[in-house]
Amino acid sequence: MTGHDSYTDDFLRNLLGRVRSVAIVGFSASEVKASYFVAKYLRDKGYTVYPVNPGVAGQEVLGMPVYASLKDLPQAPDMVDIFRNAQAAGGITDEAIAVGAKVVWMQLGVRNDEAARRAEEAGLTVIMNRCPKIEYQRLFGEIGRIGVNSDIIVNKKQKLTRTFKKLM
Amino acid sequence: MSEQKSFGFETRAIHAGAAPDPATGARQTPIYQTTSFVFDDIDDAASLFNLQKVGFIYSRLTNPTVAVLEERLANLEGGVGATATASGHSAQLLALFPLLQPGDEFISSTKLYGGSLNQFSNSFPRAFGWKAVFVDTDNPENVRSAITPKTKAIFVESLANPGGIVTDVEAIAKIADAAGIPLIVDNTLATPYLLNPIQWGATLVVHSTTKFLSGNGTSVGGVVIDSGKFDWSKSGKYPALSEPDPGYHGLKFHETFGHLAFTIHGHAVGLRDLGPSQAPLNAFLTLNGIETLPLRIQRHADNALKVAEFLEGHPAVEWVSYAGLKSSKYHTLAQKYLPKGAGAVLTFGVKGGYEAGVKVVESVELFSHLANIGDTRSLIIHPSSTTHRQLSPEGQASAGAGPEVVRLSVGLESVDDIIADLDQALKKAIR
Repeated sequence: MTGHDSYTDDFLRNLLGRVRSVAIVGFSASEVKASYFVAKYLRDKGYTVYPVNPGVAGQEVLGMPVYASLKDLPQAPDMVDIFRNAQAAGGITDEAIAVGAKVVWMQLGVRNDEAARRAEEAGLTVIMNRCPKIEYQRLFGEIGRIGVNSDIIVNKKQKLTRTFKKLM
Repeated sequence: MSEQKSFGFETRAIHAGAAPDPATGARQTPIYQTTSFVFDDIDDAASLFNLQKVGFIYSRLTNPTVAVLEERLANLEGGVGATATASGHSAQLLALFPLLQPGDEFISSTKLYGGSLNQFSNSFPRAFGWKAVFVDTDNPENVRSAITPKTKAIFVESLANPGGIVTDVEAIAKIADAAGIPLIVDNTLATPYLLNPIQWGATLVVHSTTKFLSGNGTSVGGVVIDSGKFDWSKSGKYPALSEPDPGYHGLKFHETFGHLAFTIHGHAVGLRDLGPSQAPLNAFLTLNGIETLPLRIQRHADNALKVAEFLEGHPAVEWVSYAGLKSSKYHTLAQKYLPKGAGAVLTFGVKGGYEAGVKVVESVELFSHLANIGDTRSLIIHPSSTTHRQLSPEGQASAGAGPEVVRLSVGLESVDDIIADLDQALKKAIR
């Protein structure tokens, strides 16, 4: 299994392509917070997004119902995206394992290697210290638009991205 | 799971940031000579304005041709992102803009391009209340002792104008780091081919892309590149990046964008509110020059060394300042920081002082007498009456631009021709 200091582009591209649903744990209803940005972005890219925040549970934000916890989701999410600190990430990882998620993703600056080990032993894939929105933008030709280095060399025409929203 | 490929500098100088155009398959980067861009729908427009997705709204903020240049330079310098500007001077403005408020200070080397010394001494204090504290960075301890609670940045040139000066970037970066302050390095004379300041601990790198990056004197431009490594929220000194931004409904750039905060702020606030955007055509021409950066800079440096050695041995020359020469007091630093070559800009003093210097400048027949560096054409100028003119005699002396100094930017002509032109001009000067 990969070490967690770096992930290859192929590995991330593959993972983001396989995943269809993402639970955002630590979702904020505030429009300027990173978790809101990521939820909106992934929703617009066609992922089924489950925002999770006990403080906002029962409300509808971004056109989606907010859940109190992973246990309350209508089905097992493919991926659990954790917007909490390293300590809280441990408990959430265990909940992710329990509900049958396949991927645990911890946001920028968050690493909990012990929780990662538990998840990997349970057969899950773990990504830490990354943002799925940034990685998606980087791997699929968007992030360069604002001058950010993608570290990718392209020799073919890339398909024009379409927002999936209209197809849903 | 495949191994992560990594590519060499020469490859990235050609390819980083570029892609075949998705609409037409055009291989070379198109010149998107457009001010504005249509939106998919209202929600698409709102997302772009809120920075919830990145894309193109208006060429003051982002432009697809300019974006290729930004990504290319971020990649080559080993940074996370870049903001291109209309000039090197506006890159300096944009580098300091998120960091300083009226009443703040920044420490600056005395050994800078004359235009930068003017910007820092005159317009920044008068209009913005940013105070530059000038120190001789040859001794890094001078930097440390100049730090006050108001110091928000440190600014140096890696390889400094008017020629032959190398800054101990690593030592100053360590001092900056210990003080929780970002180090800004102007890397124009070296280019990322010869030196990567981020590798030595710099936080921000600025360039005048006008010079060696473009390489052929067509396009004025600048860029500021972020290492992505500075914690803008830690000390509370950088509220533009760490506190709610009123222009974006209370968004905290560093909290929301992490290591991309400085770059995104550079476009979303810096370019948006100040407006010194690089023109798409200029970015295109500069990108074309960057494709051959490794070849050109190596030849520039090789030619310059030969010219410096020729001058050092010339009876009409009093002294030569070029860090590639063993006689240079910066030679050891050059071996550490610039192993491939010490760049192509040098100064020398002609025997006979001011008058002789002027005579050399006016007698050349191949060199072009103009205010620029980093062209394929060899260039010559007398700094104390031009680029460093607005300084006091003391300021000129401490910048290495006294009245007898002649500055060369050695070009890519046949080196024998370059040397022959200097030889005949020097002979006229001492006749």
